Amino acid sequence: MPRPMIPLAVSAYTVTSALGRGLADHRQALEAARGGLRPNDFGDAPLACWIGRVDGVEDAPLPDALAEWECRNNRLAWLGLQQDGFLGRAQAAIARYGAARVALVLGTSTASIGATEEGYRRLDDGRMPAGLARPGLHMPHSLTAFVAEALGLQGPALTVSTACSSSAKVFASAERLIRLGVADAALVGGVDTLCGSVLFGFNSLELVSPERCRPFDRARRGLSLGEAAGFALLERTGAAPASPRLLGYGEASDAHHMSTPHPEGLGAELALRDALARASLDAAQVDYINLHGTASQKNDEVEAALIGRIFPAGTRASSTKGYTGHTLGAAGIVEAAFALLALEHGFVPGNLGGDEPDPACGPQFAWSGERRDVRIALSNSFGFGGNNACLAFGKATA
Amino acid sequence: MSELRIYVEGIGVWSPQLADFAALRSWLQGTPSPAPAARPPAATLPANERRRAPESVLLAIEVAGQAVAMSGRDAATLACVFGSAFGDLSITDYMCQTLAQTPAELSPTRFHNSVHNAPAGYWTIATGCHAPSSAVCAWHDTVGAGLLEAAAMALADERPVLFVCGDVAAAGPLAPITGSAQAFGCAFVVTPEVSPRSIAALSLRTVPQHGGMPRGRSALPAAWYEGNATANAALPLLAVLAGHNRHCQMAAAGKLGLEIVMENVA
Repeated sequence: MPRPMIPLAVSAYTVTSALGRGLADHRQALEAARGGLRPNDFGDAPLACWIGRVDGVEDAPLPDALAEWECRNNRLAWLGLQQDGFLGRAQAAIARYGAARVALVLGTSTASIGATEEGYRRLDDGRMPAGLARPGLHMPHSLTAFVAEALGLQGPALTVSTACSSSAKVFASAERLIRLGVADAALVGGVDTLCGSVLFGFNSLELVSPERCRPFDRARRGLSLGEAAGFALLERTGAAPASPRLLGYGEASDAHHMSTPHPEGLGAELALRDALARASLDAAQVDYINLHGTASQKNDEVEAALIGRIFPAGTRASSTKGYTGHTLGAAGIVEAAFALLALEHGFVPGNLGGDEPDPACGPQFAWSGERRDVRIALSNSFGFGGNNACLAFGKATA
Repeated sequence: MSELRIYVEGIGVWSPQLADFAALRSWLQGTPSPAPAARPPAATLPANERRRAPESVLLAIEVAGQAVAMSGRDAATLACVFGSAFGDLSITDYMCQTLAQTPAELSPTRFHNSVHNAPAGYWTIATGCHAPSSAVCAWHDTVGAGLLEAAAMALADERPVLFVCGDVAAAGPLAPITGSAQAFGCAFVVTPEVSPRSIAALSLRTVPQHGGMPRGRSALPAAWYEGNATANAALPLLAVLAGHNRHCQMAAAGKLGLEIVMENVA
């Protein structure tokens, strides 16, 4: 069992997804049960499915000074950083602690692979076309390298790329660096954008739903892919006593299969118990869990059983993939933001799309939104390769 | 600046010229050893997985298996961090080519093998490991950033950690872009406490660093460094562990260096 951890303050956070730009757009959509999915209009020959696309990325070029990083994923990152005054909060932290004392840990599954795909569509005599022959774009660290340069950071800068758990695990990496004194604060988050690799890739695995995804519905037909950017600033609690807390995190491996979860949710349960132990919490103290809930047959079956066997009927649980789609490497930070919104505004989002609940789901499921006090909120994130993470957040205790 | 102290219990190395750490030691002493088999043996994988697994996975599992065997620890209990600057570049080439021509024919196996954490996935499945596993990258700084992540995990959670880093040769249009010309992988079992299995103590200190480090003199061919992002950063550390220097410095991020000093285990 891990030792209990000293909570950290989440002194600022923001999210941009198909639901809109910034926290207010997201809060309104969740409270109104208004999803952001649309028929797939991404690319030249789109698959017949639904996607969670962020509006206006095409019209938001990077500033000239950062033009060498130009690509859809970095545009979305830059757009995301502008919301909720987050960029200013990050810059203030950098000024306060020093550029070398703020760690940057970002999660992404495919980073700027969309730019590599584009280069292959327009090859110039077998070579990358001139405008895309930029080495910094054709590697999975492009997002983090871009944000580090855009913010002038000089401290640790790491990309975590564990598929759909990526931007949940960044909280764990950041906490360790702060605890060990390698950094005084950390900028964490994640960005993933729609691209051919994931649309056609998940399609090849027969995991993409032809209709809007329906997490935990008995007739669910698979996932809807989405894109998103989200960021959070972690500091010691003394620096932000009124901010919500990162209370714990858990990480574990299924050791089962590359693309299907462990049938008993073993790794997911280990990650959950790891998070509860670090946060010194009993399952019964948890008010809300934002589920991974992709709407794939297997994930939802395994996760519903996990919730049913660990939590009392009073704990509320829902997937928000019906609102945003599955934003892959960004899902961890998007759903961490939703857990934080639940704490701050006393609202449990309803499980959009679960019109006919799968009988495997217990009384914990919030099929529609509920206004109630939320003091402790968890977020589950599970990825390919059996990579599981769970985050625990709480209200400020001061 | 902060200092982290870890102990090394196991080391793995593989490249088309190097079968293991012992072979690297011979080269460093000026005695080139015979080249290994064309593909990393990756004996930890079951035979059917070994046939299906991409090169990046075989490479990572080969060096991970070597390091864990040297440490004498049970792989199932080790937390692990897998780093790679570029991931599996031949799968990226396949995916982008297929997407440009016949996207609906994309192979589901190649797609799930394309995730950056494929080596971590195959490793944890093959070894029955339920411990935390991660997959990281930081471009040319992946070895330093990944070592910092592994050391932080070892010290923060007081547990041994397997750190693996590898890159394979690029195919197609990505070859001139990435400069990845040949495979190289290495692995280290690091622990927070000294043990009878400790080979070396390493003190890691974060320091400001601007620009790349000069390579210095080496008995190894320059092409080994130049043709692989992992090798370029890891070979100086491996030379330290082989007793050829007391210290080295590698980048851990764009403006952050990791100064590494080896001390004998008391």
